[in-house]
Amino acid sequence: MSLERREFLKLSAATVAFTAFGGLGLDLTTVQAAADLSKLKGSKQTTSVCCYCSVGCGLIVSTGLEGKGRAVNVEGDPDHPINEGSLCPKGASIWQLTENDKRITKVLYRAPNSDKWQVKSYEWALDEIAKRVKKVRDAAFIAKDAKGQTVNRLEAIASVGSAAMDNEECWIYQQMLRALGLTYIEHQARI
Amino acid sequence: MTNHWIDLKNSDCIFVIGSNPAENHPISFKWIMRAKDAGGKLICVDPRFTKTAGKADFYAPIRSGSDIAFFGGFISYILANDLMFKDYVVNYTNASFIVGDAYDFKDGMFSGYNAEKKAYDKSKWAFAKDEAGIVKKDPSLQNPRCVYQLMKKHYERYTLKAVSDITGCAQDKLEQCYKLYGATGAPEKTGTMLYAMGQTQHTVGVQNIRAMSIIQLLLGNIGVAGGGINALRGEANVQGSTDQGLLFHILPGYVPTPAASMQELKTYNEKNTPVSKDPKSINWWGNRPKYLASYLKAIYPKQKPEDAYKWLPKVEDGKDYSWLTLFDEMYKGAFKGFFAWGQNPAASTANCGKVREAMTKLDWMVTVNIFDTETASFWKGPGMDPKKIKTEVFFLPCCVSIEKEGSISNSGRWMQWRYPGPAPLGGTKPDGDLIYELFEKIKGLYAKDKKAVFPDPIVNLNWDIATNHVFDPHKVAKLINGYFLSEKTIGDKTYKAGDPVPSFALLQDDGSTCSGNWIYAGSYTDKNMAARRDKTQTPMQEKIGLYPGWTWCWPVNRRIIYNRASVDPQGKPYQPTKPVIEWQDGKWVGDVPDGPWPPMADEKGKYAFIMTTEGFAQLYGPGRNDGPFPEHYEPMECPIPEHPFSKVLNNPTALKFTGNREGHASCDPRFPFICSTYRVTEHWQTGVMTRWTPWLLEAEPQMFVEMSPELAALRGIKGGDKCTVESARGSLWAIAIVTERMRPMQVMGQTVHMVGIPWHFGWVYPKDGGDSANLLTASVGDPNTGIPETKAFMVNVKKA
Ligand code: SF4
Repeated sequence: MSLERREFLKLSAATVAFTAFGGLGLDLTTVQAAADLSKLKGSKQTTSVCCYCSVGCGLIVSTGLEGKGRAVNVEGDPDHPINEGSLCPKGASIWQLTENDKRITKVLYRAPNSDKWQVKSYEWALDEIAKRVKKVRDAAFIAKDAKGQTVNRLEAIASVGSAAMDNEECWIYQQMLRALGLTYIEHQARI
Repeated sequence: MTNHWIDLKNSDCIFVIGSNPAENHPISFKWIMRAKDAGGKLICVDPRFTKTAGKADFYAPIRSGSDIAFFGGFISYILANDLMFKDYVVNYTNASFIVGDAYDFKDGMFSGYNAEKKAYDKSKWAFAKDEAGIVKKDPSLQNPRCVYQLMKKHYERYTLKAVSDITGCAQDKLEQCYKLYGATGAPEKTGTMLYAMGQTQHTVGVQNIRAMSIIQLLLGNIGVAGGGINALRGEANVQGSTDQGLLFHILPGYVPTPAASMQELKTYNEKNTPVSKDPKSINWWGNRPKYLASYLKAIYPKQKPEDAYKWLPKVEDGKDYSWLTLFDEMYKGAFKGFFAWGQNPAASTANCGKVREAMTKLDWMVTVNIFDTETASFWKGPGMDPKKIKTEVFFLPCCVSIEKEGSISNSGRWMQWRYPGPAPLGGTKPDGDLIYELFEKIKGLYAKDKKAVFPDPIVNLNWDIATNHVFDPHKVAKLINGYFLSEKTIGDKTYKAGDPVPSFALLQDDGSTCSGNWIYAGSYTDKNMAARRDKTQTPMQEKIGLYPGWTWCWPVNRRIIYNRASVDPQGKPYQPTKPVIEWQDGKWVGDVPDGPWPPMADEKGKYAFIMTTEGFAQLYGPGRNDGPFPEHYEPMECPIPEHPFSKVLNNPTALKFTGNREGHASCDPRFPFICSTYRVTEHWQTGVMTRWTPWLLEAEPQMFVEMSPELAALRGIKGGDKCTVESARGSLWAIAIVTERMRPMQVMGQTVHMVGIPWHFGWVYPKDGGDSANLLTASVGDPNTGIPETKAFMVNVKKA
């Protein structure tokens, strides 16, 4: 292998999905050209950031403009100053995480003492959850503690989550939980 | 991180301990290799010879759970050999502070311990103050009650011999390691320390980090390029989710949650706003009332802050609500309902067998995820009889990150905007939409029920976070940044209602500003700063790869925090080849400085560490629950009955629980080996996402246990054998990997063996992948944070 490190970086930036698992037993120049063409044809590009570790590697996501409009490729963003186009195996597999037939795409409900899931709608589930939240809160709300101090809290519901959410989602989630009066609010940072 | 990923390249010496960036933060290693290419050295201290160790210039193994002994020996070595950066230590740390008479340390215990409460009275550790209320100091560092002298005395006991006996690391290795990294105490040199859960997941986790910080401060390595104390955080947005206050003890921006004894906003502010009498100390947390008022205005825009404050839930004073306690309460049946939102606690919690049983006691659980998890399906897991389990479970599927829009914050505090690529698959939804829609429904129920209990905080909550009934991340990002609510003139500038707050320096405590999270003020002003892609740098910034125009970083786009300590009191960089900031012609250039004030020596100058009350970094830390100096204690489960430093075996303040699921086994012949949990490159956390990704699963298909050839011979195990690993709490199977990466060690005259297991697997998928490592770990935690001790516990290993 006579490639200089810099050249290798340049090439791997464009062919990361191949090099991550295929090693370098390929004629990279041809692969690069082919990859470029097939990727760009009929797709739009957007930038994102890897959802795994906290290095925060930049991604370029290519989404098909025709058919079902699904992701056709996810690779490292060569302009991103941290990863300069490269990704580790986790980042390089985000396409497969997305286009994955094992994903749960329907709301599931497990009734008390049942041994199976039932498929439900979001509408039904959110209605039912809201009713349960209100029922518990109305019954268990603690307006004052044993010392007679006003505490306005609800200790009968707990929440964990989530570092897997965006900042904006985390913020509205904490706001909702605190409005309900929850004090058992925790997430991954504690473990 | 005090610094950021690219900055690793600026380091003369990178010290990796309790982390494994080559495997767990792989792309960061690019920057470590750049430092090495430029002549920098890499040190790796780890019980296991990891891939990071494989690239290191120097590797030293230590027994898992002996870190403070290792660091104590290091501190002692620095002081004995005068390796410290004296000007830095005197100017910027509390080395010169005089400690009050009530502080004492005897045979492993600090003064003020209450055996009944298992807690210290921290007031005993306070500094001595003069008549003006300013801490007494001795810059000559000679006073026997000054921090420097007390520290020296404290760590004299940590001799090379004692440290070697307890860590299992040979004396000459220790000395070489201390010497190599100690060289960064030279003013022009910088060294960085990289840690992860290998340091935090201990009953002395916080003191591990404190010990590293002490070393960094003694060597003048904080605030500088190629320096800092850098947590390599495990999740893409765990920095952000912490910043946004998803923990029981903090609101967004590290503002403590109100407690019951603080009935009025005024009382809260009195109790939570530090005061400094020293005019040279900025005491930035003195601004806390502005941040809480602005947060209250963000969530309840129509209420006065003092009224909105009354609606906030108040925690009971002194009560713990943290993770392990939460699941202990669930186990006792305290909860009716539970949200596991984007989390898999049935696999991720220490002693997760207890958690799985605890879930059977709930009335209902809501769980949100991309794939099925051990949590969602707990009712049909191993040993469960669904017919006997009453818990209702609602599984709401969410979309993946490339299908939605919003920001995440990386370890280096960079807030990075993500755009949506494909639409959410099969009608799944972003978490933001699910939260938005759920609360709309809850609010609706409260609005129409005249008898609903205390509806005010619910019906008045600011829920203007959607556009056309769809969650709008831009609206929320603007609210997190904050804006003026009424016209306000500050200095010579007048802001109108609706104008974004340009920086947290302009937030007010009178209700005229809102800001969902003060540390993010400045992130969404006239434009979305987190979406920026400008790589322009000044030549000075280019030297250290600062990239100030790429995305945005909290606070105020400051890329290296505590950077006032990178310059001498005249404002000249200590490391002229890699300057962070410099005082030139009456202004600062380079990074955004820690405040605009002139350098410290100037008449108007201020102390460097603006977030501490006194303005100095804390070698002596009187605020922690387990002592102002880190002290070695053994893990709660350990292989030895005594250690050389005192008669106190374990941390006397550790978080512990009682009950039938809390097995415990120290020096127990049934569980003779130390076990540690860790990660592999191809999986992530409990494996919820990666186990379902075929490329990754193929690379790492199942649970394994790494052990030394010596241990394998002892137990008659060969590589590839199926083994049983068991602790006092549970048991699982794992495939043996027999490898010299693990070595037996000599600890206190005995041979100690260690094994290691990954924690990415679970029974749900794949079918023959094994179950969670946390079935074995103990529910004991750090007394400051409650983080469980999953890096050192005792097990047995045998052929299955
Ligand atoms: S690609 Fe790898 S190193 Fe980069 S953020 Fe993702 S998981 Fe971390």
